Amino acid sequence: MGTDLNEAERPVQIDLRGVSHAFEIENGAFPVLNDVSLQIRKNHFAAVVGPSGCGKSTLTRLISGLIKPVSGEIYLAGERVTSPRATVGMAFQNPVMLEWRSVLKNVILPLEIVAPKMSHKQRQERAMELLSMVSLEGFEDKRPSELSGGMKQRVSLCRALVHDPDVLILDEPFGALDAFTREELWAMMHRLRRIKPFTCLLITHDLRESVFLSDEIYVMSQRPAKIKHSVAVELGSERQLDDLYAPNVTSLLASLRSQIADPNN
Amino acid sequence: MSASHKFLVPLAAMIGFLLVWEWIVWVNDWPNYKMASPSDLGPAFWKFRILFLEYGWDTLWRTVVGLGISVIVGVLLGMVMGLSRTSRDALYPLLVGFNAIPKATVVPVIALLLVGLDDLNTVLIAFLISFFPIAVSVSIGLSTLEPEYRDILRALGASKTTIFLKIALPKTLPEFFGALKIAVTLAFIGTNLMEIVEPHGKGLGHLFDSGKINADYPLMFAVLIALAFLGIVLYYIVVALEQIFAGWAERD
Repeated sequence: MGTDLNEAERPVQIDLRGVSHAFEIENGAFPVLNDVSLQIRKNHFAAVVGPSGCGKSTLTRLISGLIKPVSGEIYLAGERVTSPRATVGMAFQNPVMLEWRSVLKNVILPLEIVAPKMSHKQRQERAMELLSMVSLEGFEDKRPSELSGGMKQRVSLCRALVHDPDVLILDEPFGALDAFTREELWAMMHRLRRIKPFTCLLITHDLRESVFLSDEIYVMSQRPAKIKHSVAVELGSERQLDDLYAPNVTSLLASLRSQIADPNN
Repeated sequence: MSASHKFLVPLAAMIGFLLVWEWIVWVNDWPNYKMASPSDLGPAFWKFRILFLEYGWDTLWRTVVGLGISVIVGVLLGMVMGLSRTSRDALYPLLVGFNAIPKATVVPVIALLLVGLDDLNTVLIAFLISFFPIAVSVSIGLSTLEPEYRDILRALGASKTTIFLKIALPKTLPEFFGALKIAVTLAFIGTNLMEIVEPHGKGLGHLFDSGKINADYPLMFAVLIALAFLGIVLYYIVVALEQIFAGWAERD
């Protein structure tokens, strides 16, 4: 536990090389990311943690191609990212429900963009398959306004996965949920990965969440942020919530917390 | 709440209103040249029934056409202002200034400018008075769209048009219908303003004016009631459209 990442058994799926980014403001540039490099291997689950406002969300927008970095290069499955691509799925803290659509049609939305030729029936079947994986069968015809916060977030995750993306990018999707719902959804994430593995980058404020869900954790520094530390989480794939209270996990959490709090590096 | 309940309660309220009105006129013993009572209205409606239908139709279609132009121009302006910051900064003060001008002062200007074109200048006033709330609400609806809503489609490489049609447009519909409910009443006022201020022999406004000239007070009151009736009908047509197209935004 807590060893440096140095395994090379799988191809690299998300590859950031010396990425720096700055926002233009009135008097010059406002640096956000400073020379960030990280490699996430195929079907790995990586979590990025760091102090508030350090540029974690900027990182997700860069990887998905929504914005271009000022310098450095980003590759997804070996291809340089210069614009948005259909092989990415995204979910945010805001579940972004389209209130005028049913739950099923919310999930189908990405297919309308990336697979315009897919038949309506196929789309429905694919969406239903995902909804049943997250225990939402029977809710497909409901309006999003009839769902609880946790259910909306599950719909949002189905929508992020429905077009079978190579990379799933999660920007604090569980951040606004109560503790019990959050733990339920953590278990659900493990279930989804067991059914069909995917590469995932999770941005989170919750250190326990990062440890419970991920294979590797990247710690970012204060803005302009760089990766100051990375650890592998060696808990295996069958994780229980009780594992979070084991002594080795407790010490890992403590070391992560002190690194984030440390202003000197 | 049952459908009959929804219908009967407002009906009872209206009958109550007419009874109180009748009672006040009766108690004060007002002659009908001071204040007509509801019982005077029936004969007035009957006597001028053909004119009520003909002029009511004039008022109705000119209001609807004016409102239709309002919807088209208002939505286009709202889209331009909602999607581009520069055009919002440029157009907003102009629109606010224009909206602040009392339309009663615009009526003679338009009437002079388009002299003889009665239908056109009436429709124009109905439009001018009613497009502002539509433009503002559509622009606010579009400009306050949370970035995540755009991002879920943009991250898949969707075009701007697709994002507009699938996200921005439907999400703005509740705001649009909210504004349309205000605009429909305004357009109606605009039509009547032109009909009354610049009488050209058409519409309920003209009928009101002739009632005034002939000191036929029951007729004037009957016109007011007819206007209220048309106003209610137009308003609830918009409400029905809102139910169909933006009913999802309603929370019970």
